[in-house]
Amino acid sequence: MTFTTHTGNRGLVLEEKLIFEQGQPGRTGVDLPEPKGTKSRLGGLDRDSDVGLPGLSEPQVVRHFTRLSQKNYGIDAGFFPLGSCTMKHNPRLNEKVARLPGLADLHPMQPESTVQGALELIDQCAHWLLVLTGMPAVSMSPAAGAQGELCGMMAIRAALDARGENRRRVLVPESAHGTNPATAAACGFTVDSIPATEDGRVDLAAFEAKLGDDVAGIMLTNPNTCGLFERDVRKIADLVHEAGGYFYCDGANFNAIVGRVRPADLGIDAMHINLHKTFSTPHGGGGPGSGPVVFSEALAPFAPIPYVVKKGDGFHLVETADEEDGMKPFGRLKGFHGQMGMFIRALTYMKSHGADGLRQASGDAVLNANYLLARLKDKLSVAFPGYCMHEALFDDGFLKDTGVSTLDLAKAIIDEGFHPMTMYFPLVVHGALLIEPTETETKESIDQFCDAILSLVAKAESGDAEFFKNAPYLTPRRRLDETAAARKPVLRWKPETA
Amino acid sequence: MRYLPLTRADRAAMLDTIGASSVDELYCDVPDGALLDAPVDLPSHLGEMQVERDMMALAAKNMGASSVPSFLGAGAYRHHVPATVDYVIQRGEFLTAYTPYQPEIAQGTLQYLFEFQTQVASITGMDVANASMWDGATSCAEAVLMACRATRRKKAVLSGGLHPHYREVTETYCQYSDTEVAGRDGHPEHQATAEELNDLIDDQTACVVVQYPDVFGRIQDHTQLADLCHAKGALLVVVFTEAVAFGAVKSPGSFGADIVCGEGQSIGNALNYGGPYVGLFATTQKLVRQMPGRLCGETVDQDGKRGFVLTLSTREQHIRREKATSNICTNSGLCSLAFTVHMSLLGEDGYRRLATLNHENACKAADAIDTVGGASVVNDSFFNEFTVKLSKPAAEVVEALVAKDVLGGVPLSRLYPNRSDLDNYLLVAVTETNTDEDIAALASALKEALA
Repeated sequence: MTFTTHTGNRGLVLEEKLIFEQGQPGRTGVDLPEPKGTKSRLGGLDRDSDVGLPGLSEPQVVRHFTRLSQKNYGIDAGFFPLGSCTMKHNPRLNEKVARLPGLADLHPMQPESTVQGALELIDQCAHWLLVLTGMPAVSMSPAAGAQGELCGMMAIRAALDARGENRRRVLVPESAHGTNPATAAACGFTVDSIPATEDGRVDLAAFEAKLGDDVAGIMLTNPNTCGLFERDVRKIADLVHEAGGYFYCDGANFNAIVGRVRPADLGIDAMHINLHKTFSTPHGGGGPGSGPVVFSEALAPFAPIPYVVKKGDGFHLVETADEEDGMKPFGRLKGFHGQMGMFIRALTYMKSHGADGLRQASGDAVLNANYLLARLKDKLSVAFPGYCMHEALFDDGFLKDTGVSTLDLAKAIIDEGFHPMTMYFPLVVHGALLIEPTETETKESIDQFCDAILSLVAKAESGDAEFFKNAPYLTPRRRLDETAAARKPVLRWKPETA
Repeated sequence: MRYLPLTRADRAAMLDTIGASSVDELYCDVPDGALLDAPVDLPSHLGEMQVERDMMALAAKNMGASSVPSFLGAGAYRHHVPATVDYVIQRGEFLTAYTPYQPEIAQGTLQYLFEFQTQVASITGMDVANASMWDGATSCAEAVLMACRATRRKKAVLSGGLHPHYREVTETYCQYSDTEVAGRDGHPEHQATAEELNDLIDDQTACVVVQYPDVFGRIQDHTQLADLCHAKGALLVVVFTEAVAFGAVKSPGSFGADIVCGEGQSIGNALNYGGPYVGLFATTQKLVRQMPGRLCGETVDQDGKRGFVLTLSTREQHIRREKATSNICTNSGLCSLAFTVHMSLLGEDGYRRLATLNHENACKAADAIDTVGGASVVNDSFFNEFTVKLSKPAAEVVEALVAKDVLGGVPLSRLYPNRSDLDNYLLVAVTETNTDEDIAALASALKEALA
């Protein structure tokens, strides 16, 4: 039954204006002491105009953000199989620990003697990452996965410069995440694309043909963005090393192999680890992330400042480039020392799982993905043959002649109460659907999702394309006009002018 | 394991459906010898109680900044964060959501980003702001790269008043893109004038970067500098580390700045030993398509209702790959939410009063320190942070203050380890959280340490 309401609200689905449309002069949500009227020493630059912020009381602010939150889909609410993003459960213990005053309430410039526990925590987190990857060194400071890539590629650039070599070409598979070529370009490299084989891996012959004395290295994601393990990874490592280049591994998908395969055993030189994927720090609607980078012996001396070292009975933070002999840091990537709040959460998660639990987690992630693949493979078109790792990739071949696109299907999945899979990535697969269930889902929830997908596919095959074109129907907003948004961008609220 | 729901029976049934004999079989593509057959050499799993105990033991080895009188700034500031902020950011709908790829079920995130962008544009006095960057230092580096794109030039002039971490990050980001970074480290007792900076601008200069208030706490009018930059076709980038300041001082937009960027930690975010923080980034309407990072825009849905989407993504790496404006992917989502909630609570009156209280407390502390023999405030102007010249090396004095349970400031030697001429300078920050007793404790501890 559809009818319009006076308020625009629909039961629990509540409309909410912008805060700028709700404010009243004289209202505030904080009680601060009355200023004393001290003569200012602001150099004569005292603010002489309004900022333009609305005034709201505390209950208004609480209600506003509560209402907004109810328009969001999160892991806490339901199944979120967004491929390549690893939307696993975010334990609340991690949040509790990160808020301990002895950890959250530390200023980054406190004297070392007052933050020994913090430095020890960073050192412990680093130790877990080193043992899990088998690598000799780690840089903890990168702010996110993309900055981890920058960290790894800058170390490679610095190592090449130290060797006096002018190698500028970086090989990147077509299936790579967009950050890989963007990062290589930011380090002054040119990007040379490597094609994929019929089975979704790097074309070894094409790769070998591209090697030369101008090649700085390869950026390879493993397991790759198609959710497959690069079975020739060791051969690739050997070949790139023989050619005088380095092997940067994009470790975004480390969650599939953690505790089971050590990247060091595959011949890598550098790899970033997205703590929000493998080690459950919250995605937070788009960050903050954290992207520590592990290094081989060859690249370790070039790791950026700052870093923690053990010194006597305590821990010391190295903050200058020339402090340690033999170290040649390429620079600094971030203010202060890295995403401490994320280290706390990741270490809490690692300690909770332990070596045994982490191994179980990656195994269950791969098992869940293969189970989903097995349940859907007869009705959907599998992109590549064989087992997958932590995520299953399909192309849109099964939608051919139905008039329904990957996007349409995703929108119909929303009405079924799930967050859709990743759409149209990786780019090497037509109309890609990348589904990552993660290890924290039950068999029952995967079954329910698969049943829902299969029913939608049957509906698409029955010729009801119109139904899909107009989905979703049951969301706070229906399909949004992205073209209009880009054509005439409105990026902020402005008061109405009379 | 409490986070893993599969039972032994589930696993067996699932393997049966797959047609595999074991989980190891699913890893058949792993090269010979690389598949481990036992857990690595790390401790086994622990229950919630034991983990919490471990982590509390680490926390107990630190001196919490709020457990003692504390006066540290230099790019991170201790402010009171209202309880509402943490309540909102811990709501699972915000905490456990991701990038709003499906805007129909992410209007919560998108609407607050639109509000965040409006707040940031308002306090900086600029036309538009993006959905946040990683932190102030990376925002500064991205601003320089953006200025180079916009002007098609390859040189940046950094003022000596810029925070050394911001300078180092900018130099790091520029070193492999043929971008020259000019300008020297500053001094608390000499401030570069607009004319001095103007001498460094040539026809290859993309931008001049100044910090406002600067790293030593000084406040300078950059209107003239903006005009000088524009006359030579360069942009003015104004960087800040203390977002509360704009409640008390004129906005950088009023000077004619082209890009304004910096650190947003002060609003809504805990100190967190340096991260995660939130980079704020604002510019003019004219330069919006050169901006890095995510942008949220207003639109309508199929039924004509107002809604929000991520927009202008043709600037970004997932579309443009090696030709993108930046390699940045995510923003600092949850930290930007904390900023938005705190700023919403403050509103016009609260924000300006908060700024006034910071400044009044700083004035009070400056006066108290000036009465101490061997200590003198060097700033003519400041907001909530100023530089003090001491009769002894500041690092030693800070250690002596720790022994008296006072976190007395940041010695400039920590920020400028290779500048022995700055050894005797101490950077002191004072916020609304500092009481009269705190200020008295600082003055008295300084007096003893300098005696």
